[in-house]
Amino acid sequence: MTRNSGAQRGLNRTDPANSAADADVATAVAVEDLTVSLGDATVLDGVDAEIGEGQFVGLVGPNGAGKTTLLRTVGGTLAPDSGRVLVDGEGVHALSSKAASRRVATVPQETTLSFEFDVRDVVAMGRHPYRSRFGGEAGDGRAAVEDAMERTEVAQFADRSITAVSGGERQRVLLARALAQDAPVLLLDEPTASLDINHQVRTLELVRDLVAAGKTVVAAIHDLNLAAHYCDELLLLSGGDVVAAGPPTDVLVEETLREAFDARAVVSRHPVTGSTYVTALPDRPDARAGRVHVIGGGGTVSRFLYLLSAAGYEVSVGVLNEGDSDLETARLLGLDVVTEEPFAPIDGEARAAIEDRIREADATVLADVEVGAGNLPNLEAARAAESVVVVEERPFDERNYAGSEAAATYEELCERGRVTDPEHLLSAVDDVV
Amino acid sequence: MRRGARLTLWSVGLLAALAVTALVSAVTGPVDVGYVAVGKVVLSALPMFDYDVPATARTIVMVLRLPRIALAAVVGFALATAGVVMQGFFRNPMADPSIIGVSSGAAVGAVATIAFSVSVPLSFSVGAPIAFSVSVQLALPLFAFCGALLAAFGVYALATENGRTPVATLLLAGVAVQTLLGAVVSLMLLYSGESLRQAVFWLMGHLKNASWGEVLVALPVALLGFVVLQAYAEDLNVLLLGEEDAHTLGVEVERTKRLLLAVASVVTAAAVAMSGVIGFVGLVVPHVMRLLVGPDHRILLPTSALAGATFLVATDTVARSAVGGAELPVGIVTAFLGAPFFLYLLRSREVTAL
Repeated sequence: MTRNSGAQRGLNRTDPANSAADADVATAVAVEDLTVSLGDATVLDGVDAEIGEGQFVGLVGPNGAGKTTLLRTVGGTLAPDSGRVLVDGEGVHALSSKAASRRVATVPQETTLSFEFDVRDVVAMGRHPYRSRFGGEAGDGRAAVEDAMERTEVAQFADRSITAVSGGERQRVLLARALAQDAPVLLLDEPTASLDINHQVRTLELVRDLVAAGKTVVAAIHDLNLAAHYCDELLLLSGGDVVAAGPPTDVLVEETLREAFDARAVVSRHPVTGSTYVTALPDRPDARAGRVHVIGGGGTVSRFLYLLSAAGYEVSVGVLNEGDSDLETARLLGLDVVTEEPFAPIDGEARAAIEDRIREADATVLADVEVGAGNLPNLEAARAAESVVVVEERPFDERNYAGSEAAATYEELCERGRVTDPEHLLSAVDDVV
Repeated sequence: MRRGARLTLWSVGLLAALAVTALVSAVTGPVDVGYVAVGKVVLSALPMFDYDVPATARTIVMVLRLPRIALAAVVGFALATAGVVMQGFFRNPMADPSIIGVSSGAAVGAVATIAFSVSVPLSFSVGAPIAFSVSVQLALPLFAFCGALLAAFGVYALATENGRTPVATLLLAGVAVQTLLGAVVSLMLLYSGESLRQAVFWLMGHLKNASWGEVLVALPVALLGFVVLQAYAEDLNVLLLGEEDAHTLGVEVERTKRLLLAVASVVTAAAVAMSGVIGFVGLVVPHVMRLLVGPDHRILLPTSALAGATFLVATDTVARSAVGGAELPVGIVTAFLGAPFFLYLLRSREVTAL
């Protein structure tokens, strides 16, 4: 059920009619020209942002970009040097902290509670904004506390001491406390940082439910892919300013990410969830130079393509049929590909195209691929190679469906080139280039 | 309500313990006055009763023992109250009521009064509520009280920058000022000559020569302070989460801190001005009560206050009856009982867990 709702969200985001509707959403939090310093360092420098009511906005960006500082300022704990934060039209920093805490609830990264309060007591502290000093409380506090503990799955250890629960449990206690606070705007600082994969998903699904029920949520989330999957909009902070804002598909763009994070990243769609998916590539200082052509198919070379291109080689691949999973990877990595129609045998034109590439390449990699009549031209084209690296996991006759001619060609390639296993592919290529 | 019931139960129990301790204390002493006689004397003080009690018994109970018991109770109540607040405020179970220099300031005021024989022709009488007219020499307590508040305010001012008072800075400023004032006291003791013994006696903490006047001055301060602090018990709970969290939960952090510090300091100063420096009450009592009733200040504060009163009445009884006719300063007794107990706590898992 949860997966369905995730997929639906994915669809909604790409639906232009829907994003047009989003534009009419009332502003819950407006950040205007906000400059904040901590000590002598200016952490936020003229940040502007608008967060629509009932939106789940993810705050992403590299370490030290100012995500936590922005949350603390929006929550009212940090006073800005200049600029202002409006929540529901009122300046947060002009309100009393009681009034502010009825509008904005914060879930901090950690808590420093060293006295042995029960978990229930800690959650009940979320009701503090509603309590009058001389007894009495506005609203049904007890029910709000129990409900918050139920929703965050904290109720089962409500009577344990806060000092005796695990880090992940403590984070859920803090979320429960913020829910008990019953504020329309919820700020979360790395809500999933110390949670296991199960509770990460549960927590974010819970946040989604809260958003569906009308709450506005701003969350600093480290994991770009979790952020992309769950958030309506992202706010990418870098160097103290908003670099990009909007739906995840608009924000998580390779070039933007490269500038913000100073790292190479590949953006794709997750094959299962359909969400935008970011994979960071290692930046190698000892980048290799040279051209490598890869022959594969059916998923045999996806990993090689990643390894070789990450290592710095200029990689071409083919011939691959449309629809092949290797082809998808190659396109993600932005490689030079030679393709053939789906399920069609390789024709002369495609074969000529890869022969050109193989001749120009410093090395040609032949993967452990099944060979049949359709892709036999790939094998034959490899004979044009200057040096060949053959990856062999299974004997050729187990995967040969093209007869003795193919076997002979394969034998020849093996004799001329190097035979290796997948683990040593990179070093074998390094040797021959 | 669960918390309400627990609070009532603890309060009733502790009040009973205080009453019993006070009664035992009232019959303890070199002159034998029985329980019945004590009861009759106390009831006779009320307008609607009139028992025939020997005048000596009446004088011993009403003039010597009861004022002292009452003052012990008030001082213990005040010190434990302030101790709870300071430990919560500093989020440190090692904090005591004098952590921001209150006792050192009081000591400077008191020792100066004694050493330089300052005398202010100030005395007053109260007659109405009880059948005895009382008077108190006010110079020493007044100077001690002012010294205490000046020191506390000085520490606060030193630690405050741009309207914010970081707790860590406050703690360090407190240590520095205490050291400085300690040196001032030592210096004055060097030149105190004849009055050295009296000054040292004051510094050790004592309840000798207690009178109803002192009780009547200290009691309203302690009670009023307690009421204010109890009203802020919930804020104190939330402050334990850290100042930033407390702010997001609607606590006006700096204002609340200022108020808690000021009231706790006044309460401590009132106690110290009357009794000198009595250590360990404000440290050990809140600690023990936290182990018994938990950290929730809404329960911890009143139970600690009552336990503090009981504890000091008991230790003062020991102080004035332990060594034959000679009397020990109660500060020595509380330290003798409190320090080993505190070390025991330190070695047991409860304290290391904090």
